[in-house]
Amino acid sequence: MAQPLNFVLSVPETPEDHGQEPSPYDESDVHDSFHQLIQEQSRWVAEEGLELQEQERGAGAPQTTGSGRPVPLGPEDAGAHSTATLRILASMPSRTIGRSRGAIISQYYNRTVQLRRRVSRPELRGVGRSARPSLRLYDLELDPAALEEEEKRLLLVKELQGLTVAQRDHMLRAMPLGLAEKRCLREESQTPSGKQRGRPGRRGLLPCCGRLRDACVLALHGLGLGLLSGLLALMPWRYALKRIGGRFGSSVLSYFLFLKTLLAFNALLLLPLLAFLVGVQAAFPPPASPGSAPSFTGLELLTGGGSFNHTVLYYGYYSNSTLNRPCALPPEGQCGREADTLPYNMPLAYLFTVGVSFFITCITLVYSMSCSFGESYRVGSASGVHAVTVFCSWDHKVTQRRASRLQCDNIRTHLKELLAERQRRQGPRSACGRLRQVAVLGLVWLLCLGTTVGCTVAVYAFSELMIKSSVSADQEGALLALPVVVCLLNLGAPYLFRCLAALERQDSPVLEVYLAICRNLIFKMAILGILCYHWLGRRVGTLKNQCWENFVGQELYRLTVLDFIFVLLDTLFGELVWRLISEKKLKRREKPEFDIAGNVLELIYGQTLTWLGVLFCPLLPAVQIIKLLLIFYVKKTSLMANCQAPRRPWLASHMSTVFVSLLCFPSFLGAAVFLCYAVWQVKPSSTCGPFRTLDTMYEAGKVWVRHLEAAGPRVSWLPWVHRYLVENTFPVYLVSALLLAVIYLNIQVVKGQRRVICLLKEQISNEGEDKVFLINRLHSVYERKERSRVGRSQEAERLVDDPDAW
Amino acid sequence: MGNKQTVFTHEQLEAYQDCTFFTRKEIMRLFYRYQDLAPQLVPLDYTSSPDVKVPYELISSMPELKDNPFRQRIAQVFSEDGDGHMTLDNFLDMFSVMSEMAPRDLKAYYAFKIYDFNNDGYICEWDLEQTVTKLTQGELSAEEVSLVCEKVLDEADGDHDGRLSLEDFQNMILRAPDFLSTFHIRI
Repeated sequence: MAQPLNFVLSVPETPEDHGQEPSPYDESDVHDSFHQLIQEQSRWVAEEGLELQEQERGAGAPQTTGSGRPVPLGPEDAGAHSTATLRILASMPSRTIGRSRGAIISQYYNRTVQLRRRVSRPELRGVGRSARPSLRLYDLELDPAALEEEEKRLLLVKELQGLTVAQRDHMLRAMPLGLAEKRCLREESQTPSGKQRGRPGRRGLLPCCGRLRDACVLALHGLGLGLLSGLLALMPWRYALKRIGGRFGSSVLSYFLFLKTLLAFNALLLLPLLAFLVGVQAAFPPPASPGSAPSFTGLELLTGGGSFNHTVLYYGYYSNSTLNRPCALPPEGQCGREADTLPYNMPLAYLFTVGVSFFITCITLVYSMSCSFGESYRVGSASGVHAVTVFCSWDHKVTQRRASRLQCDNIRTHLKELLAERQRRQGPRSACGRLRQVAVLGLVWLLCLGTTVGCTVAVYAFSELMIKSSVSADQEGALLALPVVVCLLNLGAPYLFRCLAALERQDSPVLEVYLAICRNLIFKMAILGILCYHWLGRRVGTLKNQCWENFVGQELYRLTVLDFIFVLLDTLFGELVWRLISEKKLKRREKPEFDIAGNVLELIYGQTLTWLGVLFCPLLPAVQIIKLLLIFYVKKTSLMANCQAPRRPWLASHMSTVFVSLLCFPSFLGAAVFLCYAVWQVKPSSTCGPFRTLDTMYEAGKVWVRHLEAAGPRVSWLPWVHRYLVENTFPVYLVSALLLAVIYLNIQVVKGQRRVICLLKEQISNEGEDKVFLINRLHSVYERKERSRVGRSQEAERLVDDPDAW
Repeated sequence: MGNKQTVFTHEQLEAYQDCTFFTRKEIMRLFYRYQDLAPQLVPLDYTSSPDVKVPYELISSMPELKDNPFRQRIAQVFSEDGDGHMTLDNFLDMFSVMSEMAPRDLKAYYAFKIYDFNNDGYICEWDLEQTVTKLTQGELSAEEVSLVCEKVLDEADGDHDGRLSLEDFQNMILRAPDFLSTFHIRI
């Protein structure tokens, strides 16, 4: 039920009893805990309250209450209220949060107590209608015990002593007090370390496992942070990123941060592959193939064939037997070492390593996507665009004068657009105009999709042509034709889409960016789809007696390398040459803008190629890492020399979330589907690779399970798991049903939260009205008292002047 | 690495590490930045905790702050006496709050104090006008400025008292996911 505020001020209903009304001046009748705060405030108010006193007498008529809605206070009304009213208003608990140190300390004391008691969120049921539910969900200083600041501080110190070290540090860092104060608190709470453990059952029994869990979580968190900071310290990019952020702001910086994220993903993918596949196979090289190996010419770096063909780079190099098998027979000259008897089943290792690295990448991606979503999407975050622009749009990272001025211009333009939009929205657009816009939009979409389909068909036709004119091993250079065509199309299509989008004339720049990303993404995925069909559908058939996996691996290698070359060309022509042309020929001072969305899509495309190729070319992530490093330096140099920051305001946080989710959904998911199809359905080639004697790659796992079954009853649970959980379709249905249930529950939770937010907003609004009502009543009470006092003093004066009036 | 420096005692450095979001190395780097601002004023030995304040003019000439329109307010909020002259503690505190690792609540609290130009505990219309003027460097007309302020109060003022309290401000900050990335100074 409602807990009434402990407000010891009773305003009687009838206006007649003046004498019994406690005046706001009588401090003993006013709430005790305001005492010190009132003294503080009265000093401040006295310093700046001169102009208020003039309006005190002869102020406007006291607002009557009870007749409809009381007029909300405006700043011009504030002067109409007495200094006493203002004093009380200023010392209300909700107003002193930001200012009084005592309030901060007691608030953090409450927080610490609740942390120790592990109360995560108070129920809304317990929060009364009269107490304003604080955003921070902890009690305000409504405790009637009159504590001095020093006592509150001691209480806080005692509470801090009860926390673990990591929790105490976390609490100290988050406190909005000065650093010197925090150091004092830390020192004081640090002294008896023995006391931390000897607190059984004092208050709120903390179960041992809970504390252990806390310690583990915090230790892991600390370890993770330590590793991350170590890793980041290794990369010498801190200064570069600072310069980029300083000149161009957070939006352009988000591209480079995305690049860093991709580097981390590739490193994560590469480690298991290096450890379990490449390293082992390199230590046990297969017997040399008949015929001399081709020598190294420079062309291999581009085509990936030639002398690279018989290296650890490709699938075909890996053996299909168990390495380092202990020899039971007398030595045939092969196995001479009896000491190492750890057999290594290469086919199984290949399958599992690729599967496990994909799984780890998937988990990491989904985790980072969910973190990103959690940060950037809020329930009910659609409104409030003016407030957000005024308070959150200044990017404090910008440190150059020119960039700073550009940012001012951008914000000013944005504010003007917002104001103009508000006026424009008030005038309804005609149906004809809207119809025309829809027609234009439909036409542009039709053209874009048509371009996509056309390019897809062109790539398909070209690939069929390549199959028909079968290339011999000497003309390796001709194999570059298909990748060049694909890269050219990838380069040209975004420019075409941009020109088409200029026809649309969208109002909202954010929508423009989303549409551009959508179209480009559809295009790239269509091209990749047709290429996948070409490889797995057609090439497998035509390369019957050769190593088709090597061929697919080489194709992906070629695509990766050529993509890099075309990115260089694009940077050169798109940015450098354009800047030179616009400066010399067109005589404009404006440099070209850095196209963030286009560049990020390029990165996502490159990463998709890597994921597609991991099965056939285990060292492709290493190639991708080198490529990303080079792209970083090239883009940074070009950016500094040729570009300027984007003119339109850019929602950096939303965009990062969109990029990570694009990386997860079409990109990684498509690669995973491709991998699954290749593992489950396609017959591996019979002349090379670890699966050459099997029907599908997956069979290696099945063979191993059959081995285990034959091995004996001790490991019979694994074949059982395999038969009933992996081969059976029922678990898949079960897991899908569970997933759907979880999604549905989350949707309902969000709906509930939205409703609660609406209710809370209404409550806040009601609180405001209550305050206005109370203030007006206070004011009227005070006015009446003043008038009666003035009247009495005037009477007394008249009596003194004229004693005979009696 | 940590034992070779002679500027702080071991306990001081530990205390700084525990109370800010910086590591040892970063604290030393920040100290040298602070010392560079006023080499004659700032001693190289802080073991006795000398009471040294670097004047505001030098702080505002730092490359990270010199083109920031809110640099005066930032320095005032974090300085001890509200005048912009900062001790080493204030300096570390300022960059700790403005760093990447500071949580949203803490940043919102200090952002509120920065935008509260008259230090009265809430952001009134005059504070808003000052903020908008500083943001646009005086290029908007007075009418546009007051329109913007009116819209901001409409959107963010929950209890309709004509000014933004800390809670209104924090409520609005929650709706702005970009706040964490923009209220951030790299040092």
